[in-house]
Amino acid sequence: MSTNKIRVLVAKLGLDGHDRGAKVVSRILRDAGMEVIYTGLYKTPTQVVNAAIQEDVDVIGVSLLSGSHVPLFRELCKCLRDHKAEHIFVVAGGVIPEQDYEPLRECGVDVIIPQEARADLIVTTITELVEARGRI
Amino acid sequence: MISVARFDQAKRPTYVASLELVPEVLAGSRLAIARMISRAEGNYAEASAALAEIYKHTGKAHIIGITGVPGAGKSTLVASLIKALTLEGHKVGVVAVDPSSPFSGGAILGDRVRMNDAAEANQAFVRSMATRGHLGGLAPSTLQAVDVLDAAGYSPIIIETVGVGQDEVEIVTAAHTVVVLSAPGLGDDIQAIKAGILEIADIHVVSKADKPEAAATVAAIKGMLALGSGTSHSTWSSPVLAVSSVSGEHMESLQTTLRNHWKHLQDSGEFAARERNNCRTRIFNMARHLFQQQFDAGANDLEQHLQAVVRRESDPRTAANVLLGWNQER
Ligand code: B12
Ligand SMILES: Nc1nc2c(ncn2[C@@H]2O[C@H](COP(=O)(O)OP(=O)(O)O)[C@@H](O)[C@H]2O)c(=O)[nH]1
Ligand SMILES: [Mg+2]
Repeated sequence: MSTNKIRVLVAKLGLDGHDRGAKVVSRILRDAGMEVIYTGLYKTPTQVVNAAIQEDVDVIGVSLLSGSHVPLFRELCKCLRDHKAEHIFVVAGGVIPEQDYEPLRECGVDVIIPQEARADLIVTTITELVEARGRI
Repeated sequence: MISVARFDQAKRPTYVASLELVPEVLAGSRLAIARMISRAEGNYAEASAALAEIYKHTGKAHIIGITGVPGAGKSTLVASLIKALTLEGHKVGVVAVDPSSPFSGGAILGDRVRMNDAAEANQAFVRSMATRGHLGGLAPSTLQAVDVLDAAGYSPIIIETVGVGQDEVEIVTAAHTVVVLSAPGLGDDIQAIKAGILEIADIHVVSKADKPEAAATVAAIKGMLALGSGTSHSTWSSPVLAVSSVSGEHMESLQTTLRNHWKHLQDSGEFAARERNNCRTRIFNMARHLFQQQFDAGANDLEQHLQAVVRRESDPRTAANVLLGWNQER
């Protein structure tokens, strides 16, 4: 019998000190049975990708409220490609205005969670994403 | 209705067979190492031949266990050790264990927060693991993760246990050198807390030596050791060090002591005895695990046997025999 948990790296990128959302999301995912690794504040995209690879996570969930999401996600997704780790899903949350959805999609973000999304929607979105991909 | 924006639904990388990953693990590929650890952790039947192959390449690393109560400063100390040991030219591996929630089965693995910067700047490999219900201070596949890192050339490999209380001493048969970390200011409590884990230390470290209370804690531990039964067969006497991960105070003497203990194990012949003991424990644990698997495989019929036992039409031993697939009574 093989059993694996969904593993998620919850990350904070750049100069963004808003960590309440990241902590709330970590608890939501933990309570849904996932294993969550939290990076702490002020990480660079390279640091986040290195951690995600070592931890073999299914998803990098980035919480960004600083307004710098477009350049930071662009760098994060490029870094994932450079490290041949594009199999890791990128989920974005925090304060992200709708006009930025398209640029984020273009750089490689897989899912954007709007700020008002309830816990169960966050959980089912991530679960479906990983289950559709299957075991790796 | 709030809608989630989903874009790329087509990520389906092909499954690379575990045996094909082995050469990549041995060559040090981080992606392959990380994936192999997940497969061990997920107990994939497909990975067992690969893990057996990997095991043949292990036995080179110095395995250091770091244990102590929650908040003692284990993760912070590991971060300092990563920095110091990589400066000496070592390729450091870390497996950090945190508890799973008994309610959801999920976990928040927080050790990495303290180690991130050290790990990323120094090319160490840090892996967080959840206990997934396992008691004893480690996770069920901690040692398989250590194997993978060992085969990939990491040494030393540091295991951070969950925050332990009295009897989670599984680390003794997992590591070559056990460091028991105590925070200063525990005072009389040290008596109670340490009863179980004091004896297992090869090295005692009092953390947060930058705090004035540290000296008293060092004295308290030395006092307790002096009362010790002296039954140990080792010629090594466990030193008590006070170390600060914040100021860096006495980090060097900890490094020296770790090196000395490793040398002592080799010179005294205790290394061979320890390896035998650790391997024996692994065989026993694996046997129990396989047993459990076999039992679980028959567990579909559990309800039926359970009812029979409750009604006294069967008995627990007979039911267990049948559930294990043993036809004859043992
Ligand atoms: C509380 C708060 C603070 C606190 C933060 C405390 C802390 N430790 O987190 C303090 C007072 C420190 C603060 C400071 C600042 N703040 Co402020 N702050 C807020 C406020 C009011 C609420 C944020 C919050 O904690 N919400 C509660 C949490 C639980 O919600 P959440 O983060 O949105 O997370 C939920 C969802 O979004 C989602 N989610 C979030 N992340 C993720 C990630 C994943 C993977 C998933 C799946 C889901 C998900 O799930 C969560 C739970 O439902 C927001 C206003 C707002 N509309 O958000 C401004 C806001 C974020 N702050 C803002 C600003 C400008 C600042 C300051 C720069 C102000 C200043 N000039 O000093 C500083 C910067 C500090 C810094 N170093 O970064 C702006 C940002 C503007 C922008 N992005 O364009 C906002 C939007 C206010 C505004 N309307 O102007 N702030
Ligand atoms: N003053 C001081 N605080 C420390 C030291 N090492 C750890 N800490 C603090 O002790 C707390 C627990 O540390 P952590 O490493 O997470 O402990 P763990 O639970 O044993 O892994 C944190 O707040 C650390 O900042 C130290 O050397 N000096
Ligand atoms: Mg810790």
